[in-house]
Amino acid sequence: MAGIPHDHYEPKSGGEKWLHSRLPIVGLMYDTLMIPTPKNLNWMWIWGIVLTFVLVLQIVTGIVLVMHYTPHVDLAFSSVEHIMRNVNGGYMLRYMHQNGASLFFVAVYAHILRGLYYGSYKSPREITWIIGMLIYLMMMGTAFMGYVLPWGQMSFWGATVITGLFGAIPFIGEALQTWLLGGPAVDNATLNRFFSLHYLLPFVILGLVVVHIWAFHTTGNNNPTGVEVRRTSKEEAEKDTLPFWPYFVIKDLFALAVILAVFFAVVGFMPNYLGHPDNYIEANPLATPAHIVPEWYFLPFYAILRAFDDTVWAVQFASFITGGIIDAKFFGVLAMFGSIAVMALVPWLDTSSVRSARYRPMLKWWFWLFVVNFFVLMWVGAMPAEGIYPIIALIGSAYWFAYFLIILPLLGVIEKPVAQPATIEEDFTSHYPKSSDATPAE
Amino acid sequence: MFRTLTLSAVAAFGLATAGLAAGAYDTHIEDFDFSFEGPFGTYDQNQLQRGLQVYTEVCAACHGLKFVPIRSLAEEGGPSLPADQVRAYAENFEVFDPELDDFRPARPSDHFPASGLENAPDLSLMAKARAGFHGPYGLGINQFFKGIGGPEYIASLLTGYTGEEKEEAGVILYENKAFPGGWISMAPPLYGEDVEYADGHENDLHHISEDVSAFLMWTAEPKMMARKQAGFAGVLLLTLLSVLLYLTNKRLWAPVKGKDIG
Repeated sequence: MAGIPHDHYEPKSGGEKWLHSRLPIVGLMYDTLMIPTPKNLNWMWIWGIVLTFVLVLQIVTGIVLVMHYTPHVDLAFSSVEHIMRNVNGGYMLRYMHQNGASLFFVAVYAHILRGLYYGSYKSPREITWIIGMLIYLMMMGTAFMGYVLPWGQMSFWGATVITGLFGAIPFIGEALQTWLLGGPAVDNATLNRFFSLHYLLPFVILGLVVVHIWAFHTTGNNNPTGVEVRRTSKEEAEKDTLPFWPYFVIKDLFALAVILAVFFAVVGFMPNYLGHPDNYIEANPLATPAHIVPEWYFLPFYAILRAFDDTVWAVQFASFITGGIIDAKFFGVLAMFGSIAVMALVPWLDTSSVRSARYRPMLKWWFWLFVVNFFVLMWVGAMPAEGIYPIIALIGSAYWFAYFLIILPLLGVIEKPVAQPATIEEDFTSHYPKSSDATPAE
Repeated sequence: MFRTLTLSAVAAFGLATAGLAAGAYDTHIEDFDFSFEGPFGTYDQNQLQRGLQVYTEVCAACHGLKFVPIRSLAEEGGPSLPADQVRAYAENFEVFDPELDDFRPARPSDHFPASGLENAPDLSLMAKARAGFHGPYGLGINQFFKGIGGPEYIASLLTGYTGEEKEEAGVILYENKAFPGGWISMAPPLYGEDVEYADGHENDLHHISEDVSAFLMWTAEPKMMARKQAGFAGVLLLTLLSVLLYLTNKRLWAPVKGKDIG
């Protein structure tokens, strides 16, 4: 592996040498665990471990849930009740899986925002970022399809609304929607294919996670200064880094234990707080709920989807120049997918040569406004589309796009970054002044 | 700096999950004080048995509990009736047996029957399918302290009739302060003293509504007490683990950070 110079695994005994010349698996594990890691990583670098853990948690609880679940429109809802009432520990499995999805998104949003703040997407880590965005997209697909499986009212009507988005695509939309649903409306065929894909996608995500880790193990971690680890010699690299094991494993496990304590409190004491009461009513194609609201983690994008109606000049303009092919509904769909696309392209939209927002006095403000805007969009996404809410959603959506398409490209030109530390070691010793003569504990 | 982020994230969940069906109706949900509220709240076994009696003598005429196995009446953390009483109770109901191709008296292994009246919703999950609390300002944050308010909604509905009636498209509607829209097609089911409790507990409208709502919370969440115990054990063990890992981490990093090992 190119990158930061460090010690590699040397097989010592005869048995180790025998295995190593045939399958260097111990070496691979050693190099992965002992990878030199910038020693100044802060607490925002713990979310990767949390995400990996939650992925495993979701897969394990999911596999057991499947043993008791029946994917059929007449039986799905009652099979979930069977899990909640009759399966040993079933209520915990199900609530952990349900709230695990929320924990997954809490962690992924923190992880993404950390990347945006510290410029983790910048060269040479673009591939890591792109893979991460793919994982995020697949997570959203998996979560959406998983929410359909209990076959409650919100499952059914959420599926109807979201698959309807594909129907908004000009010319092929209707055929595409029918193909996705396996029929003219959400029905048994839809439930079965969503079940199949909900089981498949987490394993695709698992594969992508391995590639994600492989990519940043090749480039090395970013860190809060955005300054690269010195690589000219092993001695210099060791002044900037510490091995992943044990320093970061123990640190990450501590953070994970704290987060899981909170998670258990939610699962144990208020497991339905993040859910919607309507999903405890069995799906009924003849009764539309008063408000169809997606899960909290989709709300910012739901707000962007709904922000663009006929009265917005951008929509009227797009409709005019395309001869009506792009209508308000399709515009909203494009905006929703576009909002993720511009985020995926951020490595090429950010023109600044400085990675970390710590040393970018202007970006800092725009970034925190972006975070606030994210929560405003989340809030407005849950409100009915009437009164002042569509205007707030429109302003929020505009800022989302402006952040990536105008502010980031422009700031690289007009902003004057403040001085960065020359090395990671310098940053670290400024925090812990007495460390100059200390050697890492073995 | 990211600490603020976490806090605002917590606040945003409140906003996002506010059960925003609150809408335009000015409904009134009374905050009943149930024994099962809060992390350490438990079901009151006697209250569940009284609620079962109200359900059986009044509600069951129209409403079913099709997801609830009758045998679960004997389970711990519920009404906990003795096995012979559950068997005798089951015989109150007739179920269709496809093997006999005929009706027979229910057994504990059967479920409660489904609703007898077409328009009467099944009540198994009603206490989780309604949110009583949306405040303050529709943000739903009070759910942290009160729960989502399903049983409060049911009890408020049962006590919320004003006595006004109107006829609309041949259907008689009754004014109700708790029902979204204000007019419900269910006639007032309880008036007070509808049932006679064996334990001599008060049977005015307020109390029997409260009892049957508690019973319906149990039918919706029969494993609530076991779940809270598991949650409590999980929080306790993980907190202990966190403390140990914190100390390990501190010790591990001390030489790197140039600190004395304590």
